[in-house]
Amino acid sequence: MNVLVPLPFVLPLLGAALTMISRRRETWLRVLAPLTVTAALAAAGGLMAAVARDGVIAVQIGGWTAPLGITLVADRLSALLLVVSIGVLLAIMLHAVAEGAGGLGGHEPGVFYPAYLTLTAGVALIFLAGDLFNLFVAFEIMLASSYVLMTLTPTAERVQAGMTYTVVSLMSSILFIAAIGLTYAATGSVNFADLSLRVAELPEGTRTALGLLFLVVFGIKGAIAPMHLWLPDSYPTALTRVTAVFAALLTKAAIYALIRVETLLFPRDQLSWIMLVLAAATMLIGTLGALTHDDIHRIFSFILVGHIGYMLFGLGLFSVAGLTGAVLYLVHHIVVQGALFLVSDLMQGRTGETSLRRLGGLARMSSFIAVLFFIPAMSVSGVPPTSGFIAKLALFQAGLGEDRFLAYAVTGVAVLVSLLTLMAMMRIWTLGFWRPRPKEAGEPPAASSYTRASTRLMGTVTAVLVVGGLVIALVAGPLASWSSLAAADLLDPSAYRGAVLDGGSP
Amino acid sequence: MTGPALILVLAVAVLFAAGFHMLMQRSLIRVVVGFMLLGHGANVLLLLAGGAAGSPPLIGERSERPMADPLPQAMVLTAIVITFGVTAFLLALAFRSRVLLGEDEVRDDVEDRQVHAARRRRESRAGGRDYADGRDPIEDYTEWEDAEQEDFSQVDIAHDPARRDDTGSRGRGLKGFGRADGGTGGGTDRGTGRGTDRGTGGGTDGA
Repeated sequence: MNVLVPLPFVLPLLGAALTMISRRRETWLRVLAPLTVTAALAAAGGLMAAVARDGVIAVQIGGWTAPLGITLVADRLSALLLVVSIGVLLAIMLHAVAEGAGGLGGHEPGVFYPAYLTLTAGVALIFLAGDLFNLFVAFEIMLASSYVLMTLTPTAERVQAGMTYTVVSLMSSILFIAAIGLTYAATGSVNFADLSLRVAELPEGTRTALGLLFLVVFGIKGAIAPMHLWLPDSYPTALTRVTAVFAALLTKAAIYALIRVETLLFPRDQLSWIMLVLAAATMLIGTLGALTHDDIHRIFSFILVGHIGYMLFGLGLFSVAGLTGAVLYLVHHIVVQGALFLVSDLMQGRTGETSLRRLGGLARMSSFIAVLFFIPAMSVSGVPPTSGFIAKLALFQAGLGEDRFLAYAVTGVAVLVSLLTLMAMMRIWTLGFWRPRPKEAGEPPAASSYTRASTRLMGTVTAVLVVGGLVIALVAGPLASWSSLAAADLLDPSAYRGAVLDGGSP
Repeated sequence: MTGPALILVLAVAVLFAAGFHMLMQRSLIRVVVGFMLLGHGANVLLLLAGGAAGSPPLIGERSERPMADPLPQAMVLTAIVITFGVTAFLLALAFRSRVLLGEDEVRDDVEDRQVHAARRRRESRAGGRDYADGRDPIEDYTEWEDAEQEDFSQVDIAHDPARRDDTGSRGRGLKGFGRADGGTGGGTDRGTGRGTDRGTGGGTDGA
């Protein structure tokens, strides 16, 4: 089964090369690109099955043995996230295909598809990377293509926002290299499995310093509270489906990396309270920001920031229950946040507006869009029986199970923030959907630039993603037990270590 | 051995400090230079992490001195390639920004402009209002509200993502400022002219 491990990364990269060669033939692109991602999804699914059967699978690329060579590792956590993320990537790509099939060829499909496939490869490699440096390279692959996607069809605003985004990401990448250099200087290794042994011999202070440095690195990339400022400025300016990908995956990949690095390498006691405090701050700042804004894309971006706090909360507890909650939340949020942005694209396509001041009457115009918005909105607010409720329940139980004042306090904040999220969503609902169309609103685009079939296809794709969010709630039982096994593996990396250092076959 | 190492450590420190300083400038080209300096700093740091210099780590090579650690060198090579590629992209972006905006400066973002507009409104409400001049305070207030709304809608439009005709968006955000400045001027005009106003990219400014 080892051959499956690199496939989710290699296939999209091959696809990117092929689409780049055939970039002038648009029909080709629209067939080739989704096929590649589907193949990658199948590989990821196979990998998940293999992991369920055999446990952790490690592959040494090129046959160099573990601490020296490049190792790819698939364990429960990475297999689960691979399947979910590539599934969401596929849905959003189909959305783009539908949009492109509608004759709106202005968005440079010859650039979009190769960049998108490279992004897919980068995301897959992040989940599979078995050492720090490979993780860095994976992030760079993902981010480099995200820079291109961010500034696709460059307008003045997009270039300005893209510049902010690029410079901030690059700065965090530089810090990432610096952190890797310092870790290597301290321990003489960058391999996760090897590091988990070696860091134990380090002085406490060094370990904490390195842990904090990585917290800053992934805090910037993952938009954790004081370092989140770039996100609401840059995300809403990109094309909506690009924003959907970014919101669904980029910050979550950083949170995954944070979970991986901090659980494997660093002492928990000192970092725990810092993370909990940051988590509470992120939740509050993000959601309060969402309440003050007017543009739906900005509101969703702030909601995204706020909900990063929940995952950090789960990680900050450093218990099996907390990490289980964090993993569940990751899965739920990848799907639901992507769905929210796709729905906002539908809203914008229907009314031609994104400002709440001028939106209105959408429920009357299209009950389909109203339902599509309502379900993920309830899910992200954590209303039962949606996936958001299940993920939040797991986190709250973990928080209350801990006998610490801080854990109680942050749980309280998390409950409050759920209500605030509900408020933000209800604001969009009442202003955008329920009230009659305000006078300021311009005429809705009567015949949109899309054909009927393509609008229907885009609606279908969005509906599939929304239903995907519901399916998470349906399979909550098996998903939760899978997540708790993944969390247990994270806190006790002996299986991981064994697979990488001893059992890894070339 | 400490001599050269210490110099390298200092070099890393200087490169990082200078890099971050340049990164915080408003001129894009300085930002790019800052990023390059930071990249060099990080690469030297990575090289330092490999420990003391030694003989070349080649198979079959025998030497009295200990071998140099090849791993950081491989990593630095990768990092250099990545930094190089991204720097090229940044330069292209800075160029595009210059072409589109006509300037090399990083402009205030939407949030800054909104905060600015709100502060102006507060200031004008707090001081300088003299009821003796016969103006209705309520009208004055709504006028400002209106001016601010107009300002916001301009910002939103300028900010509006996809499917937007880009012509005339240049400087539209900045016009918002001018509008807030001259807010006491033509309040009535603004209420009615909103619909058309948007299409022409603030052409009725100051009417």
